[in-house]
Amino acid sequence: MFKDSIFAPSSGGAPAGISVVRVSGPSAGKILNTIAGVCTPKPRHATHVTLTNPKNGEPLDTGLFIWFPAPASFTGEDVVEFQIHGGVATVEALCRVLGTFENCRLAEPGEFSRRAFYNEKLDLAELEGLSDLIAAETEAQRKQALQQLSGSLSEIYEPWRKALLECLAHTEAVIDFPEEELPDDLLGNTKHNILGMTKKITQYLDDGNRGEKLREGFQIVIAGAPNVGKSSLLNYLAERDVAIVSEQAGTTRDVIEVRLDLGGYPVTVADTAGLRQTRDAIEFEGVKRAESRATNADLTLFVFDILSFDGDQRVVELITSNDLVLINKADLLKEPKIPEFLKVFDPIIISVKNGQNLEDFLKVLTNRVVKQFSVNAPAPLSRLRHREALERTNFALQRSLNTGAAELMAEDLRIAARELGKITGRVDVEDVLDVIFHEFCIGK
Amino acid sequence: MEKYDVIVIGGGHAGCEAAAAAARLGAPTILITHKLETIGEMSCNPAIGGLAKGHLVREIDALDGVMGRAIDGAGIQFRVLNKSRGPAVRGPRAQADRKLYRQIMQKILFEQDNLTIFAGSVADLIINNDVVTGVLLEGGRSFSCNKVILTTGTFLRGEIHIGEERIPAGRMGEAPAAGLSRMLAEKGFELGRLKTGTPPRLDGQTINWGGLTVQKGDAHPVPFSFMTKAITNRQIDCHITSTNPESHKIIMQNLDRAPMYSGQIEGTGPRYCPSIEDKVVRFSEREHHQIFLEPEGLDDQTVYPNGISTSLPRDVQHAFLKTIPGLENAKILRPGYAIEYDYIDPRELTAALETRKISGLYLAGQINGTTGYEEAAAQGLMAGLNAAIACGGGKDFILDRADAYIGVLIDDLISRGTSEPYRMFTSRAEYRLLLRADNADQRLTPLGINLGCVSLERKKLFEEKFEALGLARGLLTGLSAKPREMIENEMAVTRDGKSRSALQLLAYPDVTVESLSTIWPKLKNIRPDVAEQLEIEARYVTYLQRQSADIEAFRRDEALEIPADLDLDKVGGLSNEVREKLKSSRPASFGAAARISGVTPAALTALLRYVRRNERVINH
Repeated sequence: MFKDSIFAPSSGGAPAGISVVRVSGPSAGKILNTIAGVCTPKPRHATHVTLTNPKNGEPLDTGLFIWFPAPASFTGEDVVEFQIHGGVATVEALCRVLGTFENCRLAEPGEFSRRAFYNEKLDLAELEGLSDLIAAETEAQRKQALQQLSGSLSEIYEPWRKALLECLAHTEAVIDFPEEELPDDLLGNTKHNILGMTKKITQYLDDGNRGEKLREGFQIVIAGAPNVGKSSLLNYLAERDVAIVSEQAGTTRDVIEVRLDLGGYPVTVADTAGLRQTRDAIEFEGVKRAESRATNADLTLFVFDILSFDGDQRVVELITSNDLVLINKADLLKEPKIPEFLKVFDPIIISVKNGQNLEDFLKVLTNRVVKQFSVNAPAPLSRLRHREALERTNFALQRSLNTGAAELMAEDLRIAARELGKITGRVDVEDVLDVIFHEFCIGK
Repeated sequence: MEKYDVIVIGGGHAGCEAAAAAARLGAPTILITHKLETIGEMSCNPAIGGLAKGHLVREIDALDGVMGRAIDGAGIQFRVLNKSRGPAVRGPRAQADRKLYRQIMQKILFEQDNLTIFAGSVADLIINNDVVTGVLLEGGRSFSCNKVILTTGTFLRGEIHIGEERIPAGRMGEAPAAGLSRMLAEKGFELGRLKTGTPPRLDGQTINWGGLTVQKGDAHPVPFSFMTKAITNRQIDCHITSTNPESHKIIMQNLDRAPMYSGQIEGTGPRYCPSIEDKVVRFSEREHHQIFLEPEGLDDQTVYPNGISTSLPRDVQHAFLKTIPGLENAKILRPGYAIEYDYIDPRELTAALETRKISGLYLAGQINGTTGYEEAAAQGLMAGLNAAIACGGGKDFILDRADAYIGVLIDDLISRGTSEPYRMFTSRAEYRLLLRADNADQRLTPLGINLGCVSLERKKLFEEKFEALGLARGLLTGLSAKPREMIENEMAVTRDGKSRSALQLLAYPDVTVESLSTIWPKLKNIRPDVAEQLEIEARYVTYLQRQSADIEAFRRDEALEIPADLDLDKVGGLSNEVREKLKSSRPASFGAAARISGVTPAALTALLRYVRRNERVINH
């Protein structure tokens, strides 16, 4: 029997309406008890619960769980399946909480079915057409995913892989070739390099904003002159009951923020107050604020009134190609005259009042959000893996610095390389030997 | 026609171990070699052991192989490498008196029960329906047998290069085995070509020893064999000199005459054992390259200048030697040379080192693409044991990557193949802290006892040590002390008020069984070798515990066997690339399959499903 428990989202990729996260192993019962507060679950029954983060008591989501006690489960072990809302952030938040349990980790590709196999459960596995599911997370695809990462991410990982490979190679060289003329203090320099690496990785992992950003979501700002229909647009977005996550007062008195879920991603929409003021000194301040919000936002919705484009020149200067331009109140005018200075932004003509074109607008907006997230970050499951792997890499690196002996240092570096290799592709012993023989003249 | 269970062809390090191992298991065995005098010859450097290689020798010895005992009898300078580092990465090494080594090896083999030694040249194997049934010698004589172990080293289409000269030879002055190579190619074996080299041999009387750096052996030589009580040979010094810019200039000027650079050699040489011309070209910024002057024997003036293997023409060898301090007037007894030879893609082999193409044919040593006496001997041992076991219808004797370096070696060869001469490094072993030279007996001797390949004397010695270890462990577990007591006795431990057992206390770097005996005098009775073992185990305990979980997972995958006769074309859901990879190395287990690069989890699952479904069909 396996001593550790494993978990993974086991429905297709979020975003989706519902996501299933599966936990298998000896800790499944304890985990269910801790995050759902259920100690004697009824086997194979769907039960509605609120899932809570045990660290701070905050709710993660409400959803269903199904308990499959061993051996009558998919893997033959105790299994609990959580059906939660399919948003990326929700799935990721639950997975992060699961990862904090002792001896509980993200499953390797194919690991559920391998456990099923070991526990003589493969028939069940066959029934469920498992190999397709596993195919979704193969080494080749991981590599592909890595290639697809935005430049910034592979620019981060690749130098780490190289640096780690070098540290490992130098340590192995010291161990395996004591008779050769290796550079002085190779180990000392290696330690220095490890320290540098772990500092960088720590910084990267501690860059809380990255994770937080995902949780806080994509920032959308609505801007425009008074009475163009900004508030009704916000209300329209906010009133879609399936989309509402929460509503709260803005950080400043003038700003209303609404949190939504678009395409599975969390989004915050803010109505700027600045342009509501009249033409005086205060208006100047207002424009400045709108400007600053717009620069900080991931996307700004510029709203215009179809009847009057006067005095909007000022707003136009803020528009970038990244933003969306909306022309509201289409119900009031059949054949609008769109000024040239707006046409370049491909404006969408809508009516919040009678709903004209709103679905199309929502589609465009959702696509923008999804695109933004998928460009800037790897798929959610890979992101979880990356984080877990990096944390373990870093832990092993730090431990390697605390051991006096070369062979123990190498042991920790090997673990670090194995973990980092889960992101960047395996670090093979041949890679290590390549570095050694390339850099040092070995050969008595 | 005379009949034997096992015929071993070749009297090098693989052949010697193979013949001795098969005979130890009681199989009537014959070793056939060109010349009886060269049995156990060290064709290259006169030394055995080192990092990882020393580990291999200890493992061979733990299964009662001959190499450890032979070098203990022939060693003239013993040094434990990495002595300042941890016990897991210390490697015993010894310079050998080459003549003595040969003599001892020959004596052991001639005295071995069930073993016949025969001088002859094998012309062909007798094969019926892809099963080997005997060998045919030059001159028409033949022997019939159940199993054949081929250990022909560099003799398969061997060719020596010295500058522009090319001499067909298996070793300097010995004819190659061209026929066997042809036969193997005809049988459809995948042959590749490798290259290795040796330095010129020098006359020690013409070396100016004064002023050279002296390298001494260990004051207390540590034997290789667990059976050897003490090293009795007179011990000698080695000397170190080095090349200089003047020597490099001569080499560079004559590079076009080096077969490696003129295109005369096609085989791949090892990256870790470059010729001096390679070193000078690749590391042009270096002004010096070390040369270790190693005497080849106590009453032999030949010196082996380790570090300047070369295939440059004789006159160039002569010219650059003149520039080297101490070697200004050195006389070359035999020029350095490169040798090219055929090897067989070891992915053709099972884990028992039997070929899949011809039943009963085993290959061991350099023929499988390895280099080094120790690597050859390790394979010879395993092929010999397995051939003998198979004669009796027993199950293959396989060591895995968590058992031994021998397991790492064979698994690497059969699952990954090799494109350069394969040498063992400790970096190849995933479980390095477990696979130590000091515990090779504990890891392997019990397996050898079970198998019946271990002498009664060794069995008795081992069981005594094992019992002493158990008693001492029990004793140390039963004693405990608080940090205060420890600190009072001048031992540095964590001041956390927690009571620790004596065994746990050993994990502290400054704590030894001896220092603990100041608190508990009865610990003085623990045997020194047992005390050392416990100290080593304690040093690595946290790492070993962590590794044991890895090993458990590794073994679970190894235990899932893939049937040897599985028709991979019938397995659905495999990409062509994966299918070809699986076909060429035919992994015996899912673990081995997973280690082949490019074999994805999805492919493994497809394989699992197919195998499982098939099993069910067969069982019904």
